[in-house]
Amino acid sequence: MRNRFADVFYDLGLKDDRLCMVVADISPAGSITKFREEFPDRFINTGVAEQVMIGLAAGMALRGLRPFAYTIATFTLYRPFEFIRDDLCYQNLPVTIVGIGGGVTYSTLGGTHHAMEDIAIASALPNMSVIAPIDPDETEAATRWCATQTRGPVYLRLGKAGEPNLSKGAETEWEFGKPRLLQRGQDVLVLTYGPMSGVAWDVVCGLRDKGQSVSFVSCHTLKPLDTDTILDLIRAHGRTVIIEETTPEGSLGQSVKASLYNSGIDKPVDTFSLKNEFIHSYGSHTELLAVHGLSAPAILEKLGA
Amino acid sequence: MEARRSNSFDASAAFDRCKHYRRRVLDVSQKVGALHVAPAFSCTEIVDSIYNHLMSGNGTVAGEDIFLMSKGHACILQYIILAECGVLTEEDLDRYCTPDGRLGTHPDYGTPGVAAATGSLGHGMGIAAGIAKAEQLLNRGSTTFLLLSDGECQEGSTWEAAMTAANLGLDNLVAFVDYNDFSGLERMSEGHKAFHPLADKFRSFGWDVEEVDGHNSSEIVRAVEARSGSKPFIAVCQTVKGKGVSYMENVPIWHYRSPNPEEYAQAIREIESTTL
Repeated sequence: MRNRFADVFYDLGLKDDRLCMVVADISPAGSITKFREEFPDRFINTGVAEQVMIGLAAGMALRGLRPFAYTIATFTLYRPFEFIRDDLCYQNLPVTIVGIGGGVTYSTLGGTHHAMEDIAIASALPNMSVIAPIDPDETEAATRWCATQTRGPVYLRLGKAGEPNLSKGAETEWEFGKPRLLQRGQDVLVLTYGPMSGVAWDVVCGLRDKGQSVSFVSCHTLKPLDTDTILDLIRAHGRTVIIEETTPEGSLGQSVKASLYNSGIDKPVDTFSLKNEFIHSYGSHTELLAVHGLSAPAILEKLGA
Repeated sequence: MEARRSNSFDASAAFDRCKHYRRRVLDVSQKVGALHVAPAFSCTEIVDSIYNHLMSGNGTVAGEDIFLMSKGHACILQYIILAECGVLTEEDLDRYCTPDGRLGTHPDYGTPGVAAATGSLGHGMGIAAGIAKAEQLLNRGSTTFLLLSDGECQEGSTWEAAMTAANLGLDNLVAFVDYNDFSGLERMSEGHKAFHPLADKFRSFGWDVEEVDGHNSSEIVRAVEARSGSKPFIAVCQTVKGKGVSYMENVPIWHYRSPNPEEYAQAIREIESTTL
């Protein structure tokens, strides 16, 4: 995802000189090096200084430029939180805040580098849109949208590297705000987003192995959340499973359950998320997810499959 | 667009304007019992110099100079001046801090003549640096003027932005510190000794710095016009909080309090009686 983002940003930056990249002492992978070399004025490294990364982006956006602020998710969102709220959201400026490694992607770096609550925090901000693509292809589509949209600030949550392309062969194109049906089935609906979608895909495969017909849906836009479409999907299936890499509070699962309650729909929904706990444990991304209970075997077992 | 030059600077006219502004600040705020009169009085000469002498235009047209009031709590002064310029209306001032109006005690994004929403301290330097950087990229030749309080120079974000402004070579950024030595609670030179001296801190971060009497309009204007223009520039302006009203001067509670009718009448008398 990170590499695809960088490649697409470079591409877009060639054609639109309003696009600028503001980073806080991180090297965006791939083609950003080319962007930096070719457009040194439009690539700004504030150093280890995230508050000014956001303030600078706000000032540039106020004059009509299209800055992307980019660093590790915890530092892009948590450290300068009030600057994001006041400078970007309150003024409703079209700045894209790119959070690399949302959730527990930075699995060996410890809790200081885990953005476990980012979806809830970003979603709570008025005017903020929240996008978490499931794979590199969706990352490309989301980046293109972010570069030209006029709604306001966006939190774009990306994975670090190596995510498989789960959306290849989808029936519909990526569209901001629209859940995307990637595989169609009848019995079980699996909703997911973000860089841990591989686990959700393994659950889909596991359910199929047990003879279930499964729909697989990317809920890449967390805010605004298209609850109407999600409720229609839930109505059309026997059961729903939501798998996500964020803390339960402020999660997709919690939002969907609230919508179900408000709509009076009586359908079973099983939700799987990170625990609301700091895990003092190290390993690969997959291993960290497993410590939080997010492994395909553990989920399948809880589903009785 | 060319800024006005000091050979056209009229100290007497500036004095009269500042006197007028202080009276208007009292009048407008008194109607609604608004706070923050004293912080507006400490920066009156600075903001007057910016709008009426240093700035080309009033920040409402692309390509003109821009003014960002980072010490947003003093923005009633900015509203008064913007109304004098015709950017805001008398009706706007009449409805200051009322449900029918559009002006509150902090600058709001979308208000004509207001460059950015400020009020939370420590935000202005970063935004102003972004504006100045954008103006460089857009090659519009404008200058970004910024007014900071000394209190917000305690915020780490101000120093992140000060470093960045110098690193980016923002020679089109001209800042002022309203150095009145009071934060909300106390005299800063007593409670925060390591904060001083302030000018050296900016110098060491790569800025051109001048220390001036912040109530002497001629000094302010000359310091800015004499800057080298090769680095971001800051005028550290020695000021008196509540300047012009004896009972407000250097008394912390007037950061927050609104005068009662007797105090208001006295304040008006004192301001009217000042001479150059």
